[in-house]
Amino acid sequence: MSLLRIEYAYWLIAAFLLFTAWRNARERQGYRAAFWALLGLLFAGGDMVLAAQKAGNALPSQLAGVAVIALALLAPLLRRRAHPETASASARMASAIRLGHTLFVPALLIPLVTLLVALFGEHLSVGGIALFAKPQMTLTGLALACVVALLAASRVAQASLPQGLSEGRRLLDAIGWAALLPLLLAALGEVFTQSGVGAAIAALASMILPEGNAFLCLLVFALGMVLFTVIMGNAFAAFPVMMAGIGLPLLVHRYGANPAILGSMGMLCGYCGTLLTPMAADYNLVPAALLELRNPYGVIRAQAWSAFGIFVATFLFMWLLVFR
Amino acid sequence: MNYWPLLGVAVIVIGFALRFNAVPVVVCAALTSGLLAGLHVPDLLALLGKSFVSARMLLLFVLTLPAIGLLEHAGLREHAQQWMGRLRGMTLARLLIGYLLVRELLAMLGLTGVAGAPQTVRPLLAPMGEAAAEKIHPGLTDADRDEVRAVAAATDNIGRFFGEDVFIALGAVLLIQGFYAQHGIELTPLSIALWALPTAIAAFVIQSVRIWLFQRRLQRRAQAERNA
Repeated sequence: MSLLRIEYAYWLIAAFLLFTAWRNARERQGYRAAFWALLGLLFAGGDMVLAAQKAGNALPSQLAGVAVIALALLAPLLRRRAHPETASASARMASAIRLGHTLFVPALLIPLVTLLVALFGEHLSVGGIALFAKPQMTLTGLALACVVALLAASRVAQASLPQGLSEGRRLLDAIGWAALLPLLLAALGEVFTQSGVGAAIAALASMILPEGNAFLCLLVFALGMVLFTVIMGNAFAAFPVMMAGIGLPLLVHRYGANPAILGSMGMLCGYCGTLLTPMAADYNLVPAALLELRNPYGVIRAQAWSAFGIFVATFLFMWLLVFR
Repeated sequence: MNYWPLLGVAVIVIGFALRFNAVPVVVCAALTSGLLAGLHVPDLLALLGKSFVSARMLLLFVLTLPAIGLLEHAGLREHAQQWMGRLRGMTLARLLIGYLLVRELLAMLGLTGVAGAPQTVRPLLAPMGEAAAEKIHPGLTDADRDEVRAVAAATDNIGRFFGEDVFIALGAVLLIQGFYAQHGIELTPLSIALWALPTAIAAFVIQSVRIWLFQRRLQRRAQAERNA
């Protein structure tokens, strides 16, 4: 039993998404309204879907699957729409001068409250009931921090909470369908795993490997981690595939590689792939939308050379250390 | 071995290459792979729905938007930029490298959710970076501004990724340990996490050098325009 659970954060998100849908509907943005409403319903009903699935009733999950396909059909219909700024540049400047550093306080409350919950959340309780549920405590803390920051921001800016929601909705509409990608890619990873895509790639990779050359084998493993991460958008999905296909049978068992070093540095090679791929949407495409870059691949471009350099360094470390 | 599900990967590659909207491309790839693997349609729909719903935490960042939007309405970015302009010793490189260090250290402590693009980059780091770049080169173009923001986002990503594996209790290390345990090799999390340290240091050095080079490029261009 605990007072604050991650499910409450999902309900808050659902409420915010439905609010965004309602405002779009009022402005006769039909597709946009339908898109956010459908996503809001998926968030509101998520717990029920997972509970029913566990109990052996597949119907709610199937309906959720149909909803996901409907979202995919709606997404291309959402044109990027820049909401006009709600305050003029001169009004914002005047307010900035008047409020000064107090503007930083609510913004910094988000990381600060999250930090405090992550560090001390375990020990907090009210009347013998734990304040935070153990699973996902940091994320629950983040959700709480957002609520605290919104209250603080409305106080500092002397604005009402509904106005905060409208401003949030302006940003959410600016992000648009890109917000959906991280969730879809997680689902894609699951489907790929269940369909045996990973096993097929590992089989192909071991077919092209030359016999008896430990260095080349290590290189194929490292590049395979990068490539497969680029395809899947997630090094966690690439790791078991490459390890089962090449890492464990060849590098560890045949050539005697150190498993701890191979595992750790192999995973980091995968992270270099994460920096390069639009499939890692929550790190690469969502920030580009959030920062309103004109090129959706701008963030990937900015980090490509760093990814290359870090990969080369990691591979060299691995080669020098792993066969010792 | 059934190689047909690999066509799902081909759908992704072609879809992104032709710059189709990414959302239907990803869903088509999932349907392609699932159907070619012989999954029945109701099972495939259930799998898609269940895994989408299980990933809900990835949308948690939208909860930051109302507070950030309200503060932007009240002039947060303008204030961050003005303040940056007044800080004398603060250069673009010092700002970004300092942030990189803090982000990497926080990630090492397992505090990856503390900072990020919606929480810290959009409201604070990017506007400060733009102001710092403006101090170097007053005639920033829109393309320059985009690049400063992109470098800020990239710095945030790199700090997070290459810090987090040094912390023992985080996902990646446990995944590695779990994989080996399944295959009969027992390792302690610490013995795995330790080996992430060389890359963490290399990532810090490499990204810092790139930030510094970016700053120097801006300085040179400003110099050339002053001379012209």
